Amino acid sequence: MTIEALTPAGELMKLSMGPQHPATHGVLRIVVECDGEVVTNCTPDHGYLHRSIEKIGECIEWPLFVPYTDRVDYVCAMNANLAYCLAVEKLLATDPANRVVIPRRAECIRVLVAELNRISSHLVAVGSMAMDVGAYTPFLHGIAQREVVNDIFERLCGQRLTYNYVTIGGVAFDLHESAPAEITRFLDEFERAMVKLNKLVTTNAIFRERCAGVAPVTADEAIAWGLVGPNLRGSGVDWDLRRDEPYGLYGELGVRVPVGDRFAGRRGVRGDCYDRYVVRLLEMQESVRLCRETLKLLPPAAKEKADPIGGHQFDVSKLLRKPPKGEVHCRTEAPRGEMGYFLVSDGTKVPYRVRVRTGSFSAAGIFHRVMRGAFLADVVAIIGSFDVVVPEIDR
Amino acid sequence: MAEPIRPGNALDEQIHLTAVDEFLAWGKEHSLFYLLFATACCGIELMQAGGPRYDVDRLGMIPRATPRQADLMIVAGTITHKMASRVRTLWEQMSEPRWVVSMGSCANSGGPFSKWSYSVLNGVDKYIPVDVYIPGCPPRPEALIDGVMALRERVRRYRTSGERDATPYLVAGGDCAFGGHPGKDDGSGGEPKR
Repeated sequence: MTIEALTPAGELMKLSMGPQHPATHGVLRIVVECDGEVVTNCTPDHGYLHRSIEKIGECIEWPLFVPYTDRVDYVCAMNANLAYCLAVEKLLATDPANRVVIPRRAECIRVLVAELNRISSHLVAVGSMAMDVGAYTPFLHGIAQREVVNDIFERLCGQRLTYNYVTIGGVAFDLHESAPAEITRFLDEFERAMVKLNKLVTTNAIFRERCAGVAPVTADEAIAWGLVGPNLRGSGVDWDLRRDEPYGLYGELGVRVPVGDRFAGRRGVRGDCYDRYVVRLLEMQESVRLCRETLKLLPPAAKEKADPIGGHQFDVSKLLRKPPKGEVHCRTEAPRGEMGYFLVSDGTKVPYRVRVRTGSFSAAGIFHRVMRGAFLADVVAIIGSFDVVVPEIDR
Repeated sequence: MAEPIRPGNALDEQIHLTAVDEFLAWGKEHSLFYLLFATACCGIELMQAGGPRYDVDRLGMIPRATPRQADLMIVAGTITHKMASRVRTLWEQMSEPRWVVSMGSCANSGGPFSKWSYSVLNGVDKYIPVDVYIPGCPPRPEALIDGVMALRERVRRYRTSGERDATPYLVAGGDCAFGGHPGKDDGSGGEPKR
């Protein structure tokens, strides 16, 4: 944090946080105006990581854009892949002549990898939030668990971070033989680690005092400012696309949605930083349950070429050369909230327009509202609790 | 009692400046504090390299939040045109001797964004000198550690009085579909192909 101008007594002081600042989770710059310790105004400055991903979408063919969706949100790349692929499948389905049938095994694998990635994404969110308020150890515990998920994904698709795994029409590779056992082992281990994490952070008096009552967002405000995902649910709004607009296998699974409910106790306010934090923890538990349920539903691997669509992928390469004209919007529930793709097709093999709507973008919009009146030291806690990832804002 | 060491008449034998230099280089080699500077995807791998499994702390690498305390800048991620001047400022704020590792295809050459993107800088070496290039999108933490070991070799050879080795080191075995070899300048972006 650098002091831009030292002003005489009684005047406001302007601080420039970032773009290189460990608590801004990337290259976000926030200009904070302070009256002593109290923040009077805050202006986010975006664009330091604008990589023109949407423009690239207009230059390359439909399936070639999938790797770029990894880079839209690299902390949960599987969910970003899934959102785009569902949108393209929805576009193809607008023409009834195009029969796209996703194999059931692929649907199961999609849910599995999406929920595993949700766990690993929330681990980073929770760990780095604890790090922002001054506790370094929980972050290392989170990373240790995340490594296990990375191992599973690496055996699945060969990458640790940017997977390019979910493809249009299914998934790129079938689940390897030992995957269900590995996933089950991870889930068991993770549940034990959660107990440790709760002892370390959640019930920690200092952490609770730092977060309780800080930057509360009421339910009405959250809806008005367009918050999505755990930030919205932290304010007590019961809304989850996996349950309310189910896609894929989620309709069958029945998602239980946790909402914020003054978890911090007496000092807490519904929708404060602590509520947003606890909602993420509860979502991880729900993801564990969903993974277990999906493993039960997982059909056995298809025999060689016995059934063309019984494997892990439906061949859409012919359809993508001449997709139907029109536009679709498809939204999914990513760890950072609603991730929606708006696609416009002019009937060629290259998209006419690809627009991404992400959760961090709307979360960054409410910063100046919630930070007004907060203490300067709470600014990092607030950024951490909203869990913004900068490429989602800038794209 | 051991025979006392008799220095020769030559000046460099009497004044053991090289020994101090070597000692300093040894110290610098084993305490490469790096700037906590993550711009994009590679930043997560950088964080995980500092995590419990890869644990770069054992190499004496500790993250520093301010460039003034850092010896090493790991450029982890895409550098856009808006960010480039900031990177230069950060590099100038670091004190000598300073080292730069370019981590990932984006920092090396623009990576997947080099061809079509209008806002991404094609290689951070256009703004700051780079000592070690690590290909990959993103590189594994092992590749990062390999690059750091190569850099440590260079730090060990570094002498305050001497010339600095300017040839960059390239970590082998990039597993990246997007290439990522430095020095390939194909202009800014090129025409979008429709």
